[in-house]
Amino acid sequence: MATTQVVRSEWTKIRSVASTVWTLSLAAVVTVALGMLISLLSRNEWDSMSTRDQLFFDPTYTSFAGMSLGQLAMIVFGVLVVSNEYSTGMIRTSLAAVPQRGTFLFGKIAVATGLAFAVGLATSFLAFFVGQTTLGEHSASIGDEGVLRAVIGGGLYMTLIAVFSMAVATMLRGPMLSLGILMPFFFLISGILAAVSATEKIGRFLPDQAGNKIMQVVPPVDDDTPYGPWGGLGIMVLWVVAALLGAYAVIKKRDA
Amino acid sequence: MIEVEGLTKRYGAKLAVDRLTFRVRPGIVTGFLGPNGAGKSTTMRMMLGLDRPTAGDVRIDGRRYENLQDPLKYIGALLDAKGVHGGRSAFHHLLCLAQSNGIPKSRVHEVLHAVGLTAVARRKAKGFSLGMGQRLGIAGALLGDPRILMFDEPVNGLDPEGIHWIRNLMKSLAAQGRTVFVSSHLMSEMALTADHLVVIGQGRLLADTSMADFIQHNSHSYVRIRTPQPERLLDVLDEAGIKAFRAGGGTLEVDGGKAERIGELAAEHRIVLHELSPQQASLEEAFMRLTAGSVEYHAQGGTPPTGWKKG
Repeated sequence: MATTQVVRSEWTKIRSVASTVWTLSLAAVVTVALGMLISLLSRNEWDSMSTRDQLFFDPTYTSFAGMSLGQLAMIVFGVLVVSNEYSTGMIRTSLAAVPQRGTFLFGKIAVATGLAFAVGLATSFLAFFVGQTTLGEHSASIGDEGVLRAVIGGGLYMTLIAVFSMAVATMLRGPMLSLGILMPFFFLISGILAAVSATEKIGRFLPDQAGNKIMQVVPPVDDDTPYGPWGGLGIMVLWVVAALLGAYAVIKKRDA
Repeated sequence: MIEVEGLTKRYGAKLAVDRLTFRVRPGIVTGFLGPNGAGKSTTMRMMLGLDRPTAGDVRIDGRRYENLQDPLKYIGALLDAKGVHGGRSAFHHLLCLAQSNGIPKSRVHEVLHAVGLTAVARRKAKGFSLGMGQRLGIAGALLGDPRILMFDEPVNGLDPEGIHWIRNLMKSLAAQGRTVFVSSHLMSEMALTADHLVVIGQGRLLADTSMADFIQHNSHSYVRIRTPQPERLLDVLDEAGIKAFRAGGGTLEVDGGKAERIGELAAEHRIVLHELSPQQASLEEAFMRLTAGSVEYHAQGGTPPTGWKKG
């Protein structure tokens, strides 16, 4: 069966290069460590916070604060999984072995997605528990309403970021170009749009802002976001599906 | 058997491959010859389904490449030594290829042994020398024990021992009844390995012939003469009906093997000769003449003049 063969082959590929290990461990370590640091700061600053801030404090979301930085390592993981093939010339060897390009692309992305989900979910749970332990008396419990959804959602969010990056890297091929577009897209544009009230409403529909919603348990003050946690994740999934369709259309036609 | 039918590839305004039609038959080594930029690599990439032809078709044992189930079992290719992720070990590189085509792991060890890389199988490919990289590429081509093998410039940059090894490998693969298709821009290399020649220039087919025929038709002989009295000798030869023409460096050249007759004529008319030597035009020169009109980038000095036969 061709698909299982491709999946086995891609699993061998992904586990036999160093970049897989360092990007994924960096994603986990940065997310957990930064989340712990922010949780620690929040606990120490608790008494100087306004009553309103205390009332709307979201301990779960606070422990995920490291994800804003950890997602960058996830982006690098997603980009390298695909663009390694192009930057080394391996793509020609790979496509000569598997000329069914759809099977090749989705086999590769499926394997990398599975791995990203395993690491993302573990990271999310770890960030949550480490964060809550640090927050002490202000912490949330995994049994609280919406918390488990937020923690699993954190893993899904990191996975979707990686898949989106894989799809974009397939379209752009080169690692530098892909990172040069994805990094600012997730790190700058979202923040810039959110800072101006006129564009704020557009920014909400960007994949990272929409996807972020799944990790919130306590909605922020004056929240008028037109979608809920799953709606937000759905918007992010639409972005990812669109990028995957683009990647498929491009790899199907392009000379290797 | 590879069948190429009207194969064409256009990049914008440039026609890289122009209606190529030829067959590559089993049991012999077929050389694919052409100057740099003639379209050899593009043609090979289209044969493997990597580049999409603008027009035309390639059939591998009667089927399109993308319709081959486990293609590595039909056709193995060495495209360039760089088709390897440098951070991956030789073993894992071959293993992932084997798995994608349902080839057992034991075969990976076999081909590593066959190309002499067993000792470095666990080392990362980026530490490999050019020769080792080429051996790894060939191991990948042999992985599926295919009936058809394709090598793009396999001896480029190799040391004499490596070149010798590849030549023998190609001959033994053909002797086993396999189809062997190998590209080169060096006629001398082809003369040593190929039984059949497909010559292209600027994407067009220039010759599709057996090596023996090519040698017979193209490797003609001539006589080189040096004399302090070239004008007189030219007159004498002209009178005798022998066509001579001036080559560079004060020498004259006469087509064919008429050395004795020229010597006798010179003696008869008491013309001093400093040299009278029968020459054999090399295949390299024959190839250059064949492709002279289609070389994409000429060195400064332009096209060699007709009758140019300097050794």
